[in-house]
Amino acid sequence: MSSSIDEIQDQVIEEFQLFDQWIEKYEYIIELGKNLPGLDDQYMRDENLVPGCQSRVWLHAELKGGKAVYAADSDAIITKGIIALLIRVLSEQPPEKVHEAELYFIDRIGLKDHLSSTRSNGLVSMINKMRTVARDLSKVA
Amino acid sequence: MSGKVTSFRKFDVEKIRNDFPVLHREVNGNPLVYLDNGASSQKPKQVIDRMTRYYEHEHANIHRGVHHLSQRATDSYEQVREATCNYLNAASSREILFTRGTTESINLVACSWGRHFLKEGDEIIISTMEHHSNIVPWQMTCEERGAKLKVIPISKAGELDMEAFQNLLNERTRLVSLVHVSNALGTINPVKEIINLAHQCNALVLLDGAQALPHMKVDMRALDVDFYAFSAHKMLGPTGLGILYGKESLLDSMPPYQGGGEMIERVTFEKTTYNELPFKFEAGTPNIADTIAFGSALEYYDEFDQDELIAHEQDLLAYAGQRLSQVDGIEFVGMARDKAGVISFNLKDIHPFDVGTILDQMGIAVRTGHHCTQPLMDFYGIVGTVRASFAFYNNQTDVDALVDGVEKASAILL
Repeated sequence: MSSSIDEIQDQVIEEFQLFDQWIEKYEYIIELGKNLPGLDDQYMRDENLVPGCQSRVWLHAELKGGKAVYAADSDAIITKGIIALLIRVLSEQPPEKVHEAELYFIDRIGLKDHLSSTRSNGLVSMINKMRTVARDLSKVA
Repeated sequence: MSGKVTSFRKFDVEKIRNDFPVLHREVNGNPLVYLDNGASSQKPKQVIDRMTRYYEHEHANIHRGVHHLSQRATDSYEQVREATCNYLNAASSREILFTRGTTESINLVACSWGRHFLKEGDEIIISTMEHHSNIVPWQMTCEERGAKLKVIPISKAGELDMEAFQNLLNERTRLVSLVHVSNALGTINPVKEIINLAHQCNALVLLDGAQALPHMKVDMRALDVDFYAFSAHKMLGPTGLGILYGKESLLDSMPPYQGGGEMIERVTFEKTTYNELPFKFEAGTPNIADTIAFGSALEYYDEFDQDELIAHEQDLLAYAGQRLSQVDGIEFVGMARDKAGVISFNLKDIHPFDVGTILDQMGIAVRTGHHCTQPLMDFYGIVGTVRASFAFYNNQTDVDALVDGVEKASAILL
């Protein structure tokens, strides 16, 4: 049985508690960003682009075995690292759970600023898109 | 003016910093290092206090009241128009229009002058390094009037190709609308030469001076410029106030930009006649408090010998350029010979957003992104830059903090 969204969020929060300094936290996020497989060229299309004023995010979602599977990319590495966390938390979950999920981990690991609307990095739009895609997929499932 | 005392306040950056309350705060546990002056400058206490005093003791609507407060507020407001006229060495305060900002100032000319005077086949010249606010209004007006927009190319160093400019100028050129100092690169354009060349072709010149006036004094009559647009908030004043300087004969020939109160002489349902300059272009209750506080910003600048402010900024620019050039992976964007206090750079192919995020953690405020100059970024083949922009209240410690921050970003990101 795979972990639930909240169980994964709690794991992430626990991992981030190991970091005393902001710099360690960001080094970890950058590492996650570097390790996240990029999107296949076929998905790097404008219709998969989540608009953000500064960094751009591409998101692809599909239904596999009744679960929403996400893949995403960004041209900024810190944004990509946060995307890696979002994918870890939300991907391969039942779409209706993704749609209902309350994402509390971002605030708890001290990255809330990255989700403010003024940050313009596409993350807020990305989360919204992950949810709407999940809603659409749940209708198919 | 005769009898005016011209003894300047001694330039001492540490004392000056005490006039700016925000410079003493912390961000993310570090002392604030404010290097986003190109986006907006901080405000000295004199400006903040003037606005508070106005609201606490002097507020009333202007230009219409018979009562004491209204008359006093009108006087204070109009005195700032006079002070702005003097600051710019304009010929008359009728040439000073108050707007919401540089963007509105340019839109005013594009809408009023552009729609009235442009004909099919006429040409307007801009450049590759324009801010979107000096591109889009002209695209809109050109589309409406069937006019053409021509673009002066630039060199990799970020300087206008003056030969190409001369080739673009012809008898169809109606207006040259150019940035005086580039917001993204810091390039100071040779505006006097440009104005002379344009006038030889009977073309008018509008300068976007938003990034120039915070770094230098500009003399309208010496330049012989036709329109000059800038914003108060980039030069110590409040947000929401812009200025459009225009030669009186030109402004007189232009139709009103917006209709409403203030701008009329007489309204009947059959016909309305318009007020005289500058009120013809200032429909509705204006931004009274911010305008009055802007007067204190001009007074603040006038306390100093401007040459000392400029020299200090140039020292910071040279010091920052020299120290940053040692950082692993740094690539400067814009290396014009004549530059105001702006340094734009990237760390190899790292996204500027990432660099800005790391700097922010260290309390360093810079601008990242395309700086509303997407065609310029396209020219360089980049998504954006990290931009540190200086004001005279920045010091060497700010530059050292920036260099430390960029070194750290380079170590983490590259």
